[in-house]
Amino acid sequence: MAFLSYLISGLGLGSVYAIIALGYSMVYGIAKMLNFAHGDIIMAGAFASFFAMTAAGMPLIAAAAIAMVLCTLLGVTIERLAYKPLRNASSLSVLITAIGVSYFLQNAAQLMFGSDTKIYPTVLNGSFSLFGGQLSVSYLSIVTILTCVVIMGALTLFINKTKTGKAMRACSEDKGAAVLMGINVNRIISITFAIGSGLAAVAAVLLCAAYPSVYPTLGSMPGIRAFTAAVFGGIGSIPGAFLGGLMLGVIETFAKAYISTQLSDAIVFAVLIIVLLIRPTGLLGKKVSVKV
Amino acid sequence: MKGLLNWLFGAKRRSRTISFMIVIVSYIVLSLMIASGSLSRLMISLLVPVCAYIVAALGLNLNVGISGELNLGQAGFMSIGAFTAVILSGIFSANGMNPVLILLICIIAGAVMASVIGWLISVPVLKLQGDYLAIVTLAFGQIIMSLVNNLYVGFDANGLHFAFVTNTLELAEGGKMLISGPMGATGVSTASTFTAGFILVLCALFVVYNLIDSRSGRAIMAARDNRIAAESVGISVSRTKTLAFVISSCLAGAAGALYALNYSSFVATKFEFNDSILLLVYVVLGGLSNMSGTIISTALLVILPEMLRFLQFYRMLIYAVVLIVIMLVSNNEWLKVKAEQLKKKLTGKRKGVQQS
Repeated sequence: MAFLSYLISGLGLGSVYAIIALGYSMVYGIAKMLNFAHGDIIMAGAFASFFAMTAAGMPLIAAAAIAMVLCTLLGVTIERLAYKPLRNASSLSVLITAIGVSYFLQNAAQLMFGSDTKIYPTVLNGSFSLFGGQLSVSYLSIVTILTCVVIMGALTLFINKTKTGKAMRACSEDKGAAVLMGINVNRIISITFAIGSGLAAVAAVLLCAAYPSVYPTLGSMPGIRAFTAAVFGGIGSIPGAFLGGLMLGVIETFAKAYISTQLSDAIVFAVLIIVLLIRPTGLLGKKVSVKV
Repeated sequence: MKGLLNWLFGAKRRSRTISFMIVIVSYIVLSLMIASGSLSRLMISLLVPVCAYIVAALGLNLNVGISGELNLGQAGFMSIGAFTAVILSGIFSANGMNPVLILLICIIAGAVMASVIGWLISVPVLKLQGDYLAIVTLAFGQIIMSLVNNLYVGFDANGLHFAFVTNTLELAEGGKMLISGPMGATGVSTASTFTAGFILVLCALFVVYNLIDSRSGRAIMAARDNRIAAESVGISVSRTKTLAFVISSCLAGAAGALYALNYSSFVATKFEFNDSILLLVYVVLGGLSNMSGTIISTALLVILPEMLRFLQFYRMLIYAVVLIVIMLVSNNEWLKVKAEQLKKKLTGKRKGVQQS
């Protein structure tokens, strides 16, 4: 029974990683950049929802909606100001700019809100028992997993069924050809950033509901984890990010429960390395062969 | 005299000579400033860390610039060098050895240890390509940090004692903890000096430039520019990339040892992901494959946050803005064209002078 309860909490944590990893992976697939500032968008979402609930006294859903709107705006603004002028620059320059944006957001948050840890209000607690009280499952885990599945389904439908989704796939395949087909690549990239940042806000609310503390560097660790998850599943692939996130969450929870809490970090990254050695482009990544 | 100048500043050696001159001149100027007391204590305390970061950044530039592989775990190799140095210096200083000798042994041991681990890591790492390679170096950096963060090492009359995760060490009378897990290294007897740092930077430059100008160096750059073409002329790409990776980690290890023996205590999280990223920032801002640029940008960017201290809370904000603006400006198409024109004008003139 302990195994099942660890599995469920692992899936809950993994769902949060998966939602963040989706943002990473989509941006990578279309803009071909590692957006290291993605983790700090989560932090922005956490602060936005925190103040919406405590200062404005809004209910959870309204706070989450406000966080989503703010994060979407923030993501699109960052893309316009910092990344768009570097569309033709080397990928390393873009990477460094993303790191600069990440520092900027962290320090701006520290200036505005202070560096102390704020306690996130309890949004959803309680649990229900199964198998005659042997297994208790928290509502939060269930809500998180369901949210992740819904987002994943909606995103898959969006990418595969809508015209914008089709344009996104075209852009990730070949930007030059997409432009020739009359696709506005800049608009598609903005939309990708908007979706990724909106998802980051959802992840922020779920993350803070599980670990109720808000501080300016809140986003770094989940950011690195989600980046790992995206690579784990095959970066650029949406089902890959979903699978990678879930697996990473489960592995982390099991490592903490059965091996050692202090070494969970090392174990997660060791598993990543082993997976990449067996499948060099991640679990669901496509192998690209180079034509001479 | 003219022959010497031509030899020093000819097309083949110009960048090498300039790098060495920058280092030597700044060493002389800074030594004079220390002697005359016109350097603040804060600046003096930064000299050794600056040297250490320069050495690690030169190694990283070899990896990222010359070999063309993104490495996000350079701080991990610094960490290996640093903690190797802490253990050795703990043993030797208990025996009352000369600090200069201790420093020398520690730097060599740190470099060797980091190279060995770098070589072991390079076997799986260099099978991958592009961003997958980058994330594996990141992962190794995190693993190294996490392992060191749980390592307990003590030294007493019976020798070294190791423990992992929980501190189970029972040291004999007069024994000393060298590394105590999350508390990091404690009670290190400091041995690093600015002169030692200066010599290490010179050694690093010597190694890097000799590698670049050698047959192996040309093979590394060929493999970077076109892997398939390099393979087709018989270059073993994995071997050349391993060479660059191992030398890069070797320099990081030496830098870590120098850094470690500058402080009486420090923690394992001093060498985390953010520090790897910072080293990468130094390299990219200085210019890929440009060693003089790496030296200057590292020195400036280590000192800049300290210089901005009077701005208090705003300093890191300004640092971030400076970073973004430099990237935007240096990649601006219009400015690039203008700079190219200016360069043409200047170099055209200089050629004219030389001919006359």
